[in-house]
Amino acid sequence: MATHQLLLEVGVEEVPDWMLVPAMDHLRGQVAELLKPLGGEVTLAEATTRRLAIIASGLGEREQDQTQIVKGPPLSAPAPAVEGFARKQGVTAADLSQEGGYYQFTKVTPGRAATEILSEKLPAIIMGIPWPKTMLWPGKGGARFIRPIRWLVCLLGDAVVPFAINGVSTGSQTFGHRQLGARTADRKPQAVPVTIESYEAVLEANGVILQAAKRRAKLVEEVGQDNSLVDLHVYLNEWPAAFRGTFDSAYLDLPEEVLVTVMRYHQKYFAVHGEDGKLKPEFIAVMNRKDDPDGLIRHGNERVLRARFNDARFFYEVDQKRSLADRVEDLKAVTFHKEIGNYYEKTLRILALCDDATSKRAALLAKADLTTEMVKEFTELQGMVGGRYAAVQGESPEVSQAIYEQYRPLSMDDAIPASRAGQMVALADKVDTLREMFRIGQIPSGSKDPFALRRAAQGVIRILAEGELVFSLSQLADDDKLREFLLDRVRYYFRDVKGFAYDAVNAVLAAGADGLKDVALRLAAIQAVRQTADFEPVAAAFKRIKNILSKAEFVPSQAIDPALLEAGPEADLHAAFVAVKAGLSGDYGAQLTAIASLRPVVDAFFNGVMVNVDNAAVRQNRLTLLHSILSEFSSVADFSEIVTVN
Amino acid sequence: MPSPDHLYYQDVVLTLKRYWADRGCIIQEPFDAEVGAGTMCPETFLRVLGAKPYRVAYVQPSRRPADGRYGDNPNRLYKHQQLQVILKPSPADVLDLYLGSLEAIGIDLDKHDIKFEEDNWESPTLGAWGVGWQVMLDGLEITQFTYFQQCGGVDLDLIPAELTYGLERLTAFIQNKDSVYDIDWAPGFQYRDVRYNDELQLSVYNFEMADVATLWESFRLHEAEAQRLIEGFKALETPSRRYPLLAAHEQVLKCSNCFNLLDARGAISVTERVGVIQRVRRLAVGVAQAWVVQQQEVVA
Repeated sequence: MATHQLLLEVGVEEVPDWMLVPAMDHLRGQVAELLKPLGGEVTLAEATTRRLAIIASGLGEREQDQTQIVKGPPLSAPAPAVEGFARKQGVTAADLSQEGGYYQFTKVTPGRAATEILSEKLPAIIMGIPWPKTMLWPGKGGARFIRPIRWLVCLLGDAVVPFAINGVSTGSQTFGHRQLGARTADRKPQAVPVTIESYEAVLEANGVILQAAKRRAKLVEEVGQDNSLVDLHVYLNEWPAAFRGTFDSAYLDLPEEVLVTVMRYHQKYFAVHGEDGKLKPEFIAVMNRKDDPDGLIRHGNERVLRARFNDARFFYEVDQKRSLADRVEDLKAVTFHKEIGNYYEKTLRILALCDDATSKRAALLAKADLTTEMVKEFTELQGMVGGRYAAVQGESPEVSQAIYEQYRPLSMDDAIPASRAGQMVALADKVDTLREMFRIGQIPSGSKDPFALRRAAQGVIRILAEGELVFSLSQLADDDKLREFLLDRVRYYFRDVKGFAYDAVNAVLAAGADGLKDVALRLAAIQAVRQTADFEPVAAAFKRIKNILSKAEFVPSQAIDPALLEAGPEADLHAAFVAVKAGLSGDYGAQLTAIASLRPVVDAFFNGVMVNVDNAAVRQNRLTLLHSILSEFSSVADFSEIVTVN
Repeated sequence: MPSPDHLYYQDVVLTLKRYWADRGCIIQEPFDAEVGAGTMCPETFLRVLGAKPYRVAYVQPSRRPADGRYGDNPNRLYKHQQLQVILKPSPADVLDLYLGSLEAIGIDLDKHDIKFEEDNWESPTLGAWGVGWQVMLDGLEITQFTYFQQCGGVDLDLIPAELTYGLERLTAFIQNKDSVYDIDWAPGFQYRDVRYNDELQLSVYNFEMADVATLWESFRLHEAEAQRLIEGFKALETPSRRYPLLAAHEQVLKCSNCFNLLDARGAISVTERVGVIQRVRRLAVGVAQAWVVQQQEVVA
């Protein structure tokens, strides 16, 4: 059977670049699902800012016929009943067959034509694309879409699949690039006819590179970089072309972060660094057309950048009139949170948490950049601006660096502050925010976390686990809810970020969660020793001990009485316990190995000794022995939390 | 006819007005009260409500006291001129019409880079929002394009397109000037000659001399007057066409201007800010809702 190709193009006003990939994935999936009964397969799914395009092949003329057996009256039924049944099926009694003592009718529903299915289903599939933010189109009570659809192409082979969305009907004509595409004599966009075979070539002739991979490859080659800014331009431009511009090297005196932020985030330019890692007075911009023969576009972009840099220089110069130290008092006028107070008060609290002169100095100045013109303009540069200003205002490199790093880590991928003072200020700032927010009841729940407290807590955990500082969680968390909140992040960190087994994390945390570097060491030890044959059986034995003690409601009241120990497994266990306890030293790995070496005696004990004997003194002494083992050997981890196979 | 070689500032304005007049827009004059943006004028704020089609274009001087720079900054102005175009409902070729307007003022789009970059607009004080783009010409934002969705908290019946051209920027681009003050306004007159005093003196007033107590008092008086008028309308048994909701709207604009001046003066703390915005918003929403009711009455 001959098969057909399908082309669907949704022509839409410029869609935000960042929404295109998920939208296209959704559309591709929905169309693939729709085409399954027709045997069709999606072979191309591409999006540019002005079009969503799908090509599929292998579509049959129509879907498979459906057969259905309709059971009728028994063979013994009177003739009128049989005829009645047949009539109901739209046939005569002669068309019925017999099966298992009954009449039956094999009903064949012919599969619907592909065109019919596509016409019926595609409008809803297109309008069902989930967009993050939609508009009413055309107005109240109407549909919602990301931007108005302006044309639709839908071809099955050579034939247009007829449907319409909000008055826009399908056809076989597309539109090219706004400027590079065909235009009428009076410079209006000119529709161009396409076939499925010519589609991509027609678009290319009309200034559109359809495939994102081609646009990306072109940009990567021209820019010499590959990052999220490339992605943005891939989906912002139908024919992206990179070009270089320059700026006056005098602007290089401004903080590099400011220059890069203006270029990258405000103007979507690539900053250019030399081989020495220093910023060059150049930028790479991307235009949505093939070339710039007269240099007008380069000239225009250079002019805009100059204006932006002039603004930044103005802010810089105004800011230098007052030092950060002079600005600390101004923080009284900057609200941190209306129920908590201002940044001056926050500064004092952070300062109080810091533990040495460098971090205290950095803490004092840390928030002062919030009053600068530069940070008011470039809020994302808070901290960095302060750090740069501190350096030119004669603060020590250590203090400047700590101010610079105070907001790190900004995300899970971001590093913690590199310097000790930076870690101290960052930790104190985050801990203070957490304490204060918890104090006024701003506790994150579910997806609600308006003050990004989970991120703050994660930062605290990472600084403690990865940095130089030694603080216990109980020292930092002044209330139970906050301590539990932090513990939650500790579990998340060790399980999901560091990849430790969840039961090992539970076991280690149950034995003490205060010092996170210690937790990390104990976890690493467990992970290593866990592979050995004796570890899990010992863990299982510990769990058994814990159960026995809890069932007996054991309360330790006296030391082990050696005289009451029975010779054999019990005495052996005691001897081994005393020996291992005496030799317990070295790193956690060695300790765990020693504890695991108890396995044979523990096994022998449980095989040969009954704990709950009638003699109360003996029983109490046995429980005391078990309790001693459990409590002496649970400082690395609570083994009863380990999930063992048997 | 303006010279094709050198378009003065006023030629840009006149050409764009002619262009939109030829496309069915009423050419209105600026609204005669202080506003922060052309959107706040009744020709936009109230006209976009309801189901009646409308097309209008007007230049609106827009006051942003906090953006004043005493005439020192080449790109920032206390008061800038916006060309505001409202096409309700938005026609299917709206973006082509817009691009045509750029060509009309001599921008050859075959030689420049034009991009529509996502930029959604929201005005908390007006209870208004929309989705759209900032239009970038060789990296310079020259126009804000918005498909209005809500105004005064009311869903719009017909989605209008709002085009806001920054006239100084656009002209500086066309004339290749680095400072708006160097723009040639008319033969023999630069932007500086026409507007410098205005920028300098009003910056001095807004930042240094505006009396905070007086401004707060003005704010309260205008707020009370707007409130009184809105309540009066609500109390009517049948909404009357002669009831002065337009006057109530003017009072809201006065409030908004007092708010902007207080803000520039540094008299509103971050904490207070949200509350004051809420107060203006409540009035704006009140006027918009009443206006919808009154207009329905007129049609009926």
